[in-house]
Amino acid sequence: MRARIAHIASNTFREAVRDRVLYNLIVFALLMSGASILVGQISINIERLVVINLGLTAVSLFGMVIAIFIGIGLVSKEIEKRTLYTVLSRPVRRWEFIVGKFFGLAGTLVVNTFFMAIGVFAALLYVSHSFQKPDAWVLVALYFIILQFLIITALTLFFSSFSSPLLSAVFAFSLFVIGSFAEDLRGFAGITQGVTRWLATGAAYLVPNFSALNVISSVAHSNPVSGQLILYNSAYALVYATVAISGAVLVFEHRNLK
Amino acid sequence: MSGSRRVTLVFSVLLAGCLSASVLLLRRLDQARTDATLEEVLYISSPKALKRLSLGYDGLLADIYWTRAVQYFGSKHHAGARRYDLLAPLLEITTALDPHLLVAYEYGANFLAPKAPGGAGMPERAIELEEFGIHNNPNEWRLYYNEGFIRYMELKDYAGASEVFARGARVPNAHPFLAILAGKMAEHAGDQQMARMMWSTTYQTTKDNNVRANAAAHLRALQVDEDVANLEALTGRYQQQTGRFPASFSELEAAGLLRGTPRDPFGHTYQLMPDGRVEVRTPDDFPFIQKGTPPGYVPPLAPKFLPAD
Amino acid sequence: MAAIEILGLEKTYSVGFWRKKPKYALRPLDLAIEEGEVFGFLGPNGAGKTTTLKLLMGLIFPTAGTARILGMEVDDPKMKAQIGFLPEQPYFYDYLTARELLEYYGQLSGVDPKHRSRKVDDVLQRVGLPQVGGVQLRKFSKGMLQRVGIAQAILHDPRVLFFDEPMSGLDPMGRREVRDLMEQLKHEGKTIFFSTHILSDAEALCDRVAVIHQGELRGVGAVADLTSSVHGKVEVVWQGTAVPASLRALGAECHITGDTVRAVLSEANQDTALEALRRERMRLISVTPVRTSLEDYFIQKLQPGVTVGARA
Repeated sequence: MRARIAHIASNTFREAVRDRVLYNLIVFALLMSGASILVGQISINIERLVVINLGLTAVSLFGMVIAIFIGIGLVSKEIEKRTLYTVLSRPVRRWEFIVGKFFGLAGTLVVNTFFMAIGVFAALLYVSHSFQKPDAWVLVALYFIILQFLIITALTLFFSSFSSPLLSAVFAFSLFVIGSFAEDLRGFAGITQGVTRWLATGAAYLVPNFSALNVISSVAHSNPVSGQLILYNSAYALVYATVAISGAVLVFEHRNLK
Repeated sequence: MSGSRRVTLVFSVLLAGCLSASVLLLRRLDQARTDATLEEVLYISSPKALKRLSLGYDGLLADIYWTRAVQYFGSKHHAGARRYDLLAPLLEITTALDPHLLVAYEYGANFLAPKAPGGAGMPERAIELEEFGIHNNPNEWRLYYNEGFIRYMELKDYAGASEVFARGARVPNAHPFLAILAGKMAEHAGDQQMARMMWSTTYQTTKDNNVRANAAAHLRALQVDEDVANLEALTGRYQQQTGRFPASFSELEAAGLLRGTPRDPFGHTYQLMPDGRVEVRTPDDFPFIQKGTPPGYVPPLAPKFLPAD
Repeated sequence: MAAIEILGLEKTYSVGFWRKKPKYALRPLDLAIEEGEVFGFLGPNGAGKTTTLKLLMGLIFPTAGTARILGMEVDDPKMKAQIGFLPEQPYFYDYLTARELLEYYGQLSGVDPKHRSRKVDDVLQRVGLPQVGGVQLRKFSKGMLQRVGIAQAILHDPRVLFFDEPMSGLDPMGRREVRDLMEQLKHEGKTIFFSTHILSDAEALCDRVAVIHQGELRGVGAVADLTSSVHGKVEVVWQGTAVPASLRALGAECHITGDTVRAVLSEANQDTALEALRRERMRLISVTPVRTSLEDYFIQKLQPGVTVGARA
């Protein structure tokens, strides 16, 4: 069972790579280089700020786009192109397929982020000429971004298991945007009454909390990230991704594949 | 289809379990990050840049920042210290994004200008905010009122206050009180009647619950101050007449100095102290009183706003 | 134990947004296929052949009825390790090479890693693609993809094979090769269940066939039985254009084509007819018993009002 999941995962990874997904790294590298050179020529003391803000935001956005655009095809494209038929006629359980796909795409994103991290640190080194202690927190910010990717991948997989690629992309992207304001949604729920309050509270708890996972500006200002936050965020991402994947499995398990 | 049924069962349980866990974790995260979303405003050095970055969605963004402001300075945040260092940037960013969000300027006058613990203690910054508001909404009488209010209450700049009120009174549909306040400023500057008039105006004309609660608290405090002053004058007279301070209100009544038992705005009776002072029973209920507190009393850090009556 | 057992398998879809109308993709089907049999599932397009195959593969779920393959449920992984499936017009991962695809499928099917590489080579050879193992699948023609499809179906040496239109996309050479391959597989003792609308292939390969039309089973039977000369007629061909009067009197059907006459008459009148030709000194070309072809059986079963034959 584990072997099959691993095989599906590595096949998904291989397909993503061959599909030239990693070319985005070139664009990213160009962006970072350009920005660092530009920034290095303006006033001192805020280069570090700009490089971290820009770099981490770019990592986050690029990754989101990749996660969504590959994620939506993970299941629906396979059904459309009927590659799924020959896979499922083998001793592969449907849930193993879903889980394997998840790990494959997650793995792709981790690898992608790894290379981007090198880019960010290279740019940082270029503008600051040395590494400082607070730079370690940038790693934590990157880790949180990876957690965001896990959540969005799981969600896209969920939507892909029953809806068309276009709709899946719309849903996933909407949840990304709303999730970035999740804490405000809860605040909003706190000041409303009646039905609106119920709806807003429900939405606030269902929507993925991306705002908690975004420590970019804090880290750019050299603030540390509390161990407690790291713990809770990790647990939350794990749990939330499991919810989305379980949903995907349940839908896919009972779906007639036309 | 037993294999399928087993998978369905396992993953349904997993889904339900993890969903519950996620809700619990969200609450924990909320606690671990109480002010984090707010602190973000400290990192925005240029509200104008933010407005440009918002790609035309500045209205929505203004609402989001406003919601954050209300959430933390309003009824939700009962306990704990309030982050007044965040109030100025929050209001400035909100109004930069949406200069017509009038309620933000009200918060400026009622919460940004006053001293701690009731406010952030930044009257000059608050006046800048009101001026910005007036510049963008020249026909809103409220904004002139806000600025005059700040000048009067915090800066004791009575001439300046009168001038702003007069300007505001000229605006079409201005509240009639503006003219009255401008007029009365000369004789009554600094006295209780003016304060009462202003707080009443705020109380009656605001649409925001927090501002109204704040105004109510101030009105109650003024009432208490007046009551205590009057009662202490009576106890003084009693002492002159009888050589000692009264032990109870009935004694004062018997001496013909008082009719009935005096009660504070919440209906509790005042307390007569042996040294002739009068105290309220529950000083914590009256955030802004200057009289009637026991000696050495320290008001709580977070002023308690009871619901507006 | 039958290799494939289908009991009352049914699939109904509700179509339409407002008032849901049922669409009967497959009416209750009963079939049993023995191990080692080559079974042809015949029908025009849209008859329900692909629906049946998908139900057997567990890709769609039946509205009623059950099916068992090698005595096991259709979602049983143990069973799936012993079957191979070739879908209609297969499509594979664009960016993998043929070899990588087969390796991947081999992994999923649990083929022993020690032998996997060799098996992939063997099967590529067998389907006639020995040189293109390292080429990416997006460069493959339709016919080549069809062969890869067969390759992935037989790679893990399954006991039962399910082919949906195995000849589609192939030129006559290719079709001959696939037919030979299927013969080989049959000799290896494999059970083959395949759907097609090309009757000549079915006639050549199958032990038994079933005819399905509009979701309903119209007939089942052994090919040999269905195509035996049932009518007891003979066809007599002679040179010339004249038809002897005595022959015409027998009520024969005569067709004159160029310089030959073809007459179909009952077997009982064969001697009389030959005698008549000899008397008239006509040059006899051939005397052949008439056999119904599978095509005749097929067309006949497609007529409305035909009831399902007995469970065979």
